[in-house]
Amino acid sequence: MSKSVLVVDDSASIRQMVSLTLSGAGYATLEAIDGEDGYAKATANPIRAVVTDLNMPRMNGIEFIRKFRAHPSSTGVPIIFLTTESDEDMKRQAKEAGATAWMVKPFKQDQLLAVIKKVAGP
Amino acid sequence: MTVMDPRDVFHQEARELLDQLEEALLDLGTSSDDRDLVDCAFRALHTIKGSGAMFGFDEVAGFVHEFETAFDRVRKGSVAVSPPLVQVALAAKDHIARLIAEPGLHAADGETILKKLRAIVSSDEDSGRSDSFAPADAQASAAEPSRVQSPLQTWRVKFRLAENALVLGANPVLLLNELRELGPCEVSVAVDAVPPLESIDSEVCYLDWEVVVSTDRPRQAIDDVFIFIADGMELSIETLAGTVAESPRDDKAATTKAVDVDKPRDSTGAGAKGGTSVRVAAERLDELMDRVGELVIAQARLSQLAVASDDGNLKNVAEEMERLASSLRDTTMGIRMVPIGSLFGRFRRLVHDLSHDLDKEVDFVTAGEDTELDKTVIERLADPLVHLIRNSIDHGLEVPSRRIAAGKAARGQVRLSAVHTGSEVAISIVDDGAGLDADRIRAKAEEAGLIAPDAKLADHDLFQMVFHPGFSTAKEITALSGRGVGMDVVKRTIEGLRGRIDLGSRPSGGTTVTLRLPLTLAIIEGMLVRVGQGRYSIPLSAVEECVELPRDAEAGNSGRNFLNIRGHLVPFLRLRELFKTRTAIEPHQKVVIVSAGESRVGLVVDQVIGNSQTVIKSLSKLHADVENFSGATILGDGTVALILDVAHLVSFGQEFESRLRDERIGRAA
Repeated sequence: MSKSVLVVDDSASIRQMVSLTLSGAGYATLEAIDGEDGYAKATANPIRAVVTDLNMPRMNGIEFIRKFRAHPSSTGVPIIFLTTESDEDMKRQAKEAGATAWMVKPFKQDQLLAVIKKVAGP
Repeated sequence: MTVMDPRDVFHQEARELLDQLEEALLDLGTSSDDRDLVDCAFRALHTIKGSGAMFGFDEVAGFVHEFETAFDRVRKGSVAVSPPLVQVALAAKDHIARLIAEPGLHAADGETILKKLRAIVSSDEDSGRSDSFAPADAQASAAEPSRVQSPLQTWRVKFRLAENALVLGANPVLLLNELRELGPCEVSVAVDAVPPLESIDSEVCYLDWEVVVSTDRPRQAIDDVFIFIADGMELSIETLAGTVAESPRDDKAATTKAVDVDKPRDSTGAGAKGGTSVRVAAERLDELMDRVGELVIAQARLSQLAVASDDGNLKNVAEEMERLASSLRDTTMGIRMVPIGSLFGRFRRLVHDLSHDLDKEVDFVTAGEDTELDKTVIERLADPLVHLIRNSIDHGLEVPSRRIAAGKAARGQVRLSAVHTGSEVAISIVDDGAGLDADRIRAKAEEAGLIAPDAKLADHDLFQMVFHPGFSTAKEITALSGRGVGMDVVKRTIEGLRGRIDLGSRPSGGTTVTLRLPLTLAIIEGMLVRVGQGRYSIPLSAVEECVELPRDAEAGNSGRNFLNIRGHLVPFLRLRELFKTRTAIEPHQKVVIVSAGESRVGLVVDQVIGNSQTVIKSLSKLHADVENFSGATILGDGTVALILDVAHLVSFGQEFESRLRDERIGRAA
């Protein structure tokens, strides 16, 4: 079974856009609707990379990243977070929590693909 | 399953988020220091902004950004939530909805709202405008290495990853590949830092790389390769010809490894809200319902064949099919059911605005939000309910001074509730206002010529007058109600949903409006009857009882068109006359007593065949104005039966009867 890119976002439209873009480029994808769902799916499935929003209900992205990084299955899995502004504080927190890379919304599909390719390989 | 266009998904999502925002704002109106509500409002805003920008709704993203900036002081707790703040935030929410619905038309209105908001949140209007929303392009450079050509240059790139970089997902192979894409590379690796075998941590990268790359791309392109892992790594980039030395990147803060010791929580039981649900386009559900309807019809035909056959196996299969088809039908209908709470939520805003505009204090109480109704029914209920709630607040509830004078609390109450009763859902709107003014209604009705000046009418019948088109007792026309359009439309809509509306009122005790609606529109239990050669289906929920037509009435002499049902006179209609059936009158005719609201009427038929699953098919446009029938269904043997429009027949029967009575009185006089 091929490993999936896990897309965690409470916004259905972004989730779908990211998933479609990734699956269009040949990545297997998996979706989660918030940090808690993301954590459950990230630890239960073979994951190749994670793309996560930061601002989410129930468990936000930073907490999710922190929790996932504390789980052994996160070793070597790149985590890309999505943020709305180039909010340095958010970025710092996410990086401290163990994120690998980031994208600033709005982004174009090829930008997303470039970043995924950069951190997770083609 | 077809995939929805992300922009459509955004529209839908934005609607939901705006609802959430509105709800949070309205809740803040009553509990102004609830941080969770502020956060919830903020999160909704933030998501709208993010998604809006993604899908090209720049106006939305821009406005929300400004709004968020202004609202930030509320989030930080330095400005308290106040009613004017809630008011302007609600206006902003409406503005966002307009920006999404009709891009390019309303951008200018936003500034007024923002000005108001800023005036409220900042005593010292210093900055005025925040740095405007501009998509930062941090990843733009990372993602689209600019194709700027520079003179060919050779660089020496030395790097060593941060200790935890591998754990955090960095991959040196990918880095090297990226450098190779810039131009021909010579890669060498130093192993000096690799510790003795026994102290090697398999998750730490001990290698130092040195890459000599020749490229016509600018220095920035090389920096961009390391953009995400620059923290805590050692990196030097220098031209081989010159010496553009690069110290380890400024940011010394080594990325700390997460030390969260929380036990991974088992989240399987975490009732993921929506986590296990699937969004399906509404038309697909309608399609599914259609297919199931057809399946039910086919199954009925099969059952009929099985009954007529001696084949035991066929009978078994037919029974099995019947069981499956009926459970499939129930499941499918269940899918279409949505809790009515989603609809109730919308009215909180309406009540809030009305109470503000009319200066009446209103407590809006809802109950039975979990009551489920067919999706289509719920959608079509929205307008009638808006109208009824408006009426309650505008006409029903008195102004506070008058309420106090009448010995009531200054705050009025409007209660909206839903409850299951059998195969129906009853929705009631109850206010504790002044009640309907019977004298005014009578005066109006007389003036409009709806009733004779000396007619004796029970209050209940008098109240029915308000359902006449153009009937309004409001003394003055407000922007909200009193235009005389409405109650008749409400009634028509409810009847269109095969529902009924009842009005009750006590002087100064308030008004109760009750809507009774069928659970679903698609499949009903019907009673199949025969009139002449034709077969007709009567919705079973409307059937009260069946009786034999007394022999003296059988002949068809229209002298007497009443039945005495346990002491009550019930008028009846001979369907064979109504449908102009030419076959001979059969003996032992039956009367099916049907009711709509409080009225009853008997329908004389030749034969009562029995119950049948009636899958409702609407009549074609060509037959839209056919009275007496609300639709058609296909019977087990493949023939078509028309479905009787009970509400229409009942009112027709009542009218017919009163006309006959008037004629008789006229003759007698």
